[in-house]
Amino acid sequence: MTQYMLSVHHAPDEDFSDIPEDEMQRIFKAVDDFNDEIRKAGHWVFAGGLKPIGDATVVDGRGDQPIVSDGPFAESKEYLGGFWIIEAADLDEALAIAARGSKACAGKVEVRPIDAA
Amino acid sequence: MTSHTRGHPAGLGAVEETVRAEHGRVLAGLIRRFGDIDLAEDALSEALVVALEKWPVDGPPPNPGGWLTTTATRKALDRIRREKVRDTKYAEAAMIGDDTPAEPTGPVEDDRLRLIFTCCHPALAPENRVALTLRLLGGLTVAEIAHAFLVPETTMAQRITRAKQKIKHANIPFRVPLAEDLPGRVATVLSVLYLVFNEGYLASGSDADPIREDLCREAIRLTRQLREVAGPLGPQPEVDGLLALMLLTEARRPARVADGTLVTLTEQDRTLWDAALIDEGHRLVRGCLALNRPGPFQVQAAINAVHTDALDPSMTDWSQVVRLYDQLYALSPTPIVAMNRAIAVAELDGPEVALVTVDGLALTTYHAWHATRADLLRRMGRTDEARAAYDAAIGLAGNTAEQAWLTARRDTLPGPS
Repeated sequence: MTQYMLSVHHAPDEDFSDIPEDEMQRIFKAVDDFNDEIRKAGHWVFAGGLKPIGDATVVDGRGDQPIVSDGPFAESKEYLGGFWIIEAADLDEALAIAARGSKACAGKVEVRPIDAA
Repeated sequence: MTSHTRGHPAGLGAVEETVRAEHGRVLAGLIRRFGDIDLAEDALSEALVVALEKWPVDGPPPNPGGWLTTTATRKALDRIRREKVRDTKYAEAAMIGDDTPAEPTGPVEDDRLRLIFTCCHPALAPENRVALTLRLLGGLTVAEIAHAFLVPETTMAQRITRAKQKIKHANIPFRVPLAEDLPGRVATVLSVLYLVFNEGYLASGSDADPIREDLCREAIRLTRQLREVAGPLGPQPEVDGLLALMLLTEARRPARVADGTLVTLTEQDRTLWDAALIDEGHRLVRGCLALNRPGPFQVQAAINAVHTDALDPSMTDWSQVVRLYDQLYALSPTPIVAMNRAIAVAELDGPEVALVTVDGLALTTYHAWHATRADLLRRMGRTDEARAAYDAAIGLAGNTAEQAWLTARRDTLPGPS
């Protein structure tokens, strides 16, 4: 079993206020259903949607003192909108789950293996 | 150090042929058994060293593949013990006494088929899929692959290392995909094999041989292998179609280049064509047609079958060729297909009709587009425009034999140059 992070990225100019309320509700419902499905199938480890990107803070702890700055990462145009941590037998299974998640949340999903500690 | 940086010692001759024929099968079995590509490669590489000492003296064993598997397995187990790897995966592998797979995976149990799907996994970059397939299944050395694709050996070694690392880290499975994923995954494998063949058939680069026979042969061998091992999955007409396309193209190779210059289809000495390959290609095409599940490779093979059916260029059934291009365009509507259809139309309706189509295509950076225009303009007597088009084509062509042919064509134009 390998753990994968499925992350949902949004472009900086995506405006969610354009999305009609009933469409938004449909997406929330689809994501809830997907979460239930992967919980039942034993793939679920953890998941969370994130607060708006303006609420992000970046900590750079590589120097002597940690440097805290208003986020997001300046060099990245796209930003993380939410994620799941799942457990799957292999990449094919993770990709299949990610594809369903992508459909549910109406966004592209990046799949990355988690470095096992 | 992994085996791919070592390569094979020189001067193996017959032993090398045997080894290369068995390479994919033996390595795939080792990868399945040990679940680790690097370990499997190193073990096989050590077994090859022993083979190269013994076989030239004692003669090859009756079952070279079996011998290599047994010897490499012993080498791998030795290595695991020697390095006292505590990794449980290695320890488990070392304790498994038999060769049966740990879990049933997919509809067919063939290690090479699993390995092809691993090497051509869509999560790997396309150029890395090609490199890994040639390395692991084809048994080509990194130096050979680097030479074939005209990149420095270090670059090729990095590509292969990166691909193997991603397979390991992301846990890309070593198995035949599930039935619902299969058509798409087979298509990915076919596109890798087609890429290998094309690079061989029209090699790029000013220092390269115009035709890399070894790459063509390798692509055909791997496609035959895929066809053999994928047989139990049910009819795969696109696999047959690709094999037929390769065979019918390869059949014309002896007539295709003369004195470093490309010879076009209409000018080729058709007695030089390989009749056996043409027969086999035609048989495959007929088999595909009977299944009636057309795909782009099958239709391209059928077009080549029409050409190779004609003993003389004047006997070519051009209306059949145009009909097949119509079908191909419906399956894969690209400007290149539209251009090739127009070339066939020129034979039926004249160059004027074809030129109208060709001029409307957004292919100005493609040398063959300029070469096609040049030929049509030449036939229409528009010499100055033809000359300019030949110049543009020569400037863009990457293949030396093609450049030589275009230059010769341009220089036969009447009037001032």
